Amino acid sequence: MAARGGPSAWLTSETPASRLQARAVRGYLAWRRLRRNPLTLLGIAILLALVLVALAAPWLATHDPLAQNLDGRLLPPGSPGHLLGTDDLGRDIFSRLVHGAGITLTIVALVALTAPAAGLLIGTLAGYLGGWVDGLLMRLTDIVLAFPRLILALAFVAALGPGIENAILAIAITAWPPYARLARAETLTLRNSDYISAIRLQGAGTPRILVGHVMPLCLSSVIVRVTLDMAGIILTAAGLGFLGLGAQPPTPEWGAMISAGRRFLLDQWWVATLPGLAIFVVALGFNLLGDGLRDLLDPRSDRP
Amino acid sequence: MAPRAGAGRAIALAARLLISLAATFFGLLLVTFLIARVVPIDPVIAVVGEQASPETVAAAVRELGLDKPLWQQFAIYLGKVLQGDFGTSVLTARPVLEDIARVFPATLELATLATFLGVLIGLPLGVLAAVKQGRWPDHLIRLLGLFGYSMPVFWLGLMALLVFYGQLGWTAGPGRLDVFYEDLVPSVTGVILLDAALAGDWEVFGNALSHLILPAGVLAAYALAYIARMTRSLMLEQLGQEYITTARAKGISEARIVWRHALGNALVPLITVIALSYAFLLEGSVLTEIVFAWPGLGSYITNALLSADMNAVLGGTIVVGAVFIGINLLSDLLYRLVDPRAR
Amino acid sequence: MTLLARRLLAAALALGLAPLLPLALSPPGARADTPPDSLLIATQIDDLVSLDPAEIFEFSGADAANNIYDTLVAFDPRDLGPLVGGIAERWSLEADGRTYRFKLREGLRFHSGNPVTAEDAVFSLRRAILLQQTPSFILAQFGFTAENLDETITSDGPHDLTLRVDKPYAPSFFLTCLTATIGAVVDKQTVLANEQDGDLGHNWLKTHSAGSGAYRLRVWKPNELYALDANPDYWRQRPAMRRVFVRHIAESTTQRLLLEKGDTDIARNLSPEDIEALAGRPGLKVEEDLKGPLLYLAMNQKHPILGKPPVVEAIKHLIDYDGLARTLLRGQFVPHQAFLPKTYLGALDEQPYALDVAKARALLAEAGLAEGFAITLSVRNVPERLQIAQSLQSTFGQAGIEVALRSGTAKQVLTSYRARKHELLLGTWGPDYPDPHTNADTFAHNPDNSDAAGLTGKLMWRNAWDDPTLSAMTEAALLERDAETRAALYREVQRRLQRQGPFAIMFQQNIQSAMRDSVEGFVTGGAVANSFYWTVTK
Repeated sequence: MAARGGPSAWLTSETPASRLQARAVRGYLAWRRLRRNPLTLLGIAILLALVLVALAAPWLATHDPLAQNLDGRLLPPGSPGHLLGTDDLGRDIFSRLVHGAGITLTIVALVALTAPAAGLLIGTLAGYLGGWVDGLLMRLTDIVLAFPRLILALAFVAALGPGIENAILAIAITAWPPYARLARAETLTLRNSDYISAIRLQGAGTPRILVGHVMPLCLSSVIVRVTLDMAGIILTAAGLGFLGLGAQPPTPEWGAMISAGRRFLLDQWWVATLPGLAIFVVALGFNLLGDGLRDLLDPRSDRP
Repeated sequence: MAPRAGAGRAIALAARLLISLAATFFGLLLVTFLIARVVPIDPVIAVVGEQASPETVAAAVRELGLDKPLWQQFAIYLGKVLQGDFGTSVLTARPVLEDIARVFPATLELATLATFLGVLIGLPLGVLAAVKQGRWPDHLIRLLGLFGYSMPVFWLGLMALLVFYGQLGWTAGPGRLDVFYEDLVPSVTGVILLDAALAGDWEVFGNALSHLILPAGVLAAYALAYIARMTRSLMLEQLGQEYITTARAKGISEARIVWRHALGNALVPLITVIALSYAFLLEGSVLTEIVFAWPGLGSYITNALLSADMNAVLGGTIVVGAVFIGINLLSDLLYRLVDPRAR
Repeated sequence: MTLLARRLLAAALALGLAPLLPLALSPPGARADTPPDSLLIATQIDDLVSLDPAEIFEFSGADAANNIYDTLVAFDPRDLGPLVGGIAERWSLEADGRTYRFKLREGLRFHSGNPVTAEDAVFSLRRAILLQQTPSFILAQFGFTAENLDETITSDGPHDLTLRVDKPYAPSFFLTCLTATIGAVVDKQTVLANEQDGDLGHNWLKTHSAGSGAYRLRVWKPNELYALDANPDYWRQRPAMRRVFVRHIAESTTQRLLLEKGDTDIARNLSPEDIEALAGRPGLKVEEDLKGPLLYLAMNQKHPILGKPPVVEAIKHLIDYDGLARTLLRGQFVPHQAFLPKTYLGALDEQPYALDVAKARALLAEAGLAEGFAITLSVRNVPERLQIAQSLQSTFGQAGIEVALRSGTAKQVLTSYRARKHELLLGTWGPDYPDPHTNADTFAHNPDNSDAAGLTGKLMWRNAWDDPTLSAMTEAALLERDAETRAALYREVQRRLQRQGPFAIMFQQNIQSAMRDSVEGFVTGGAVANSFYWTVTK
């Protein structure tokens, strides 16, 4: 299978020998174009750094993120032993930020896995089956879409009780409708295509067609959309944390850290400002990457 | 096509639209009702407080109809809503409709000014980015837009408050008015800027504006980014079209081509974009309202939610939902109206 | 098309620009100070749900009512010790110990111009009983019921009022209860003129005022502000502040900014950090006042582990009373370990507990829990409380007790508390009226510990603490008519609860009001009364 000229030639071949190679070629070419955009690279760098920090948190952190010292409260950045100062309970802000990276990543990962999956399922079902199923599911989608998103998430958290798991669930519950719409639109164009008809003629059942053939084809546009939405997910999670409905103390979640620190904004600006910066940088990373990907894969799609 | 058939089709379309709207509303009501019921707060406590005697509690349970089965409670509520009665808020002891009439103009004022700012700055930036596609102004504007998308709005609000009010003193602080300007102008629309203008009281107007500018600016950050980005892509689409090449060949000035021809045609879809962003701001202002102590609908619903003030939550959510659906519908109609191709 | 487009664009630009013009014209930062005859207060009034004195049961409402209404008996803002006459000029107790006769002041008028008569007082007190709102128990506990009002609350002339209670209570107990907001005298004629469906004007009075006090209600916008207009003919004195604005500002930082910018005269909810930052700032000052609310940790005795006496004692030794008072709560709470606030009759100053991890460990070992245990702590999700909860979490951890926080809104926490479903709970308790019985009744009285009893108003029941001796001691103190003996009885009740009870009472609130230094005479009312605005000059 290895063509002349090694992997690079194999990856740029204009006559791919297999479906795998075709995909690899597409991916590689995309990566080459992606590489040309410095902003996208910056985004990737930020996200890589985030992952590294999250993984290496126990070694990077200089202190136990939960260790309190009431006599060393609200120390400014650069104080001996505390690179970024301490918060209102005397905890090391740098260590808390570092440990918070993992929490942010967990939230994003969980929402990014569940909401699109649900949306994909609902959208393809509606689009493929049509009729009253379509009507019902799309009505449901409309209802959730008509809700103010943050308020719906708030309502769910209020009902389920505050906590990081419930915050993730609430965000996922409010985030799926756009994916459902997207998947439905794609499915509608696919439903009557020769390709799907042929499979149907071969006697494949509906579940198999949906899972095996329709969903994979909808996946790429959904993935682009997910990347674009990641920053929004982070901001929503931080918003819930800010309102006291996300991760519970003493968890070093960034939104909750801003919320606790805003009382000291005037004199101890760093307590609220630093976690705010962290959220901003990570959200920016996701946006830069999403933006680059969009240009690459689907220049006409734009977020609402 | 015979006009009768056309009218018939229009009526059928309108009927379908109405039915689906009604279904959406019904679902909205049901879901909100259920959520409000599941919230682990005893609604009676919201009414009678911590030290109520068992007799007081029992009386409140009867008064709220909480001794009836859930579906009956919902049916009763639905019946009242259809008569325009949203019940009384526990938190404010006033009819919910009256509350909403008071708080909604505040949100409207905020979102409207934010959208104006977003259009005012975002539109020219978008055009500029399209014209300078691939060059540094384009990159800069794109980066700026991404900044807008990435900023936690409550944090931006806190920072803005700290700098522009706290440090520089350029604007007024939280709230809608300095307290001694309260009630100086009669409340006609509830939108203070309009009320002050109607009354000709420019001092109140200035004060209100000085309070409004910061939260509106913060809220505009997102709208601006979105509008600039969409303007750019719509403009690029227009600038690539044949009629532009023709116009250039005719020797029409570049400024005229960009601002008149290309933007003119891009403006139609832009209306939808702006409407969407407006709807988003109306419902997305919760955190901004909380940071700026802005007595709007977002903070009203949030407070109500956290206190199990069910009538207020339901009423508020329905209004926001209705506005959202309404704006979408309106922008759709507008689109059809101004763009002959979409008819 | 292009024409339309251009017009749309032009309109958008015009609308967008128009609001900015006046901004450009008026120089920023040139705002005047607060008007000299108006008082502006930045505080938290989101607890305000009604302005009907028969219903008011929150701090904000009580502050407002204290300036709108008069009561029969009152506290003098200049000396909060002895009771003084309000609408009643003098009173006497008959030999049966149950019949109180009041002589009302002559010549008083309501804001409406109607004269204040005994008829109004009878109406107001009967109304409070009939409406059965939450605070009605403050009067109902003296045996007033809807059925016996015709005999127990009566007038014998335009200025003569008679009240008959069911037992010979300590007179100070009854009289101080009359100073509570529920004892406010409302304008019968005005209220009844606004009656709807026999509600005794309740619905109307929630958002209006009909009193004889120093101020009348001008407007109340929930969660936003209320404004009062002075009553220039007020019988005590003409209020110096013609108008009072009380504005809801949730955050300390914002309140401080408003004060620093001269946009408010008084800021009432500043954090210790903000108070510290303001200290010594020219033109500003901070006044302190010891208030009634207590901060305590409750331990539900239904919980198998918390039900063990050594565990309860261990927990009382795991609180960093000094550290908290020195840091997080600096200036805003003072250590206090008994249920009667300082300045109350019978208040107990003894503080037997301090942070002592070794002792706590020994006690836990005695209970067979040397390895510690896991437990939840319910707490309101406001930053101040979460801070304290996290400190408890940290010190408890030193003895192996692993605390998970369960935060929620006040009402969520209260819901589980009243249902006895909490484990540990960080709570506050404010006295309902300035007599020791108010707190004794809730902390130390539980006549029936069964779930079915549903004595949800009593903290002792909520925490399932069954101690018939303690309940009997509380009942006895209530009927003791000699003040010294009564005080001694309450001290005994407190000691017993302090040793054995399921409460670690930690702190008493001390409020710090920051204000411009020209403001004089702002009285927050100590532990016994509410805020006075009519005494303020500036």
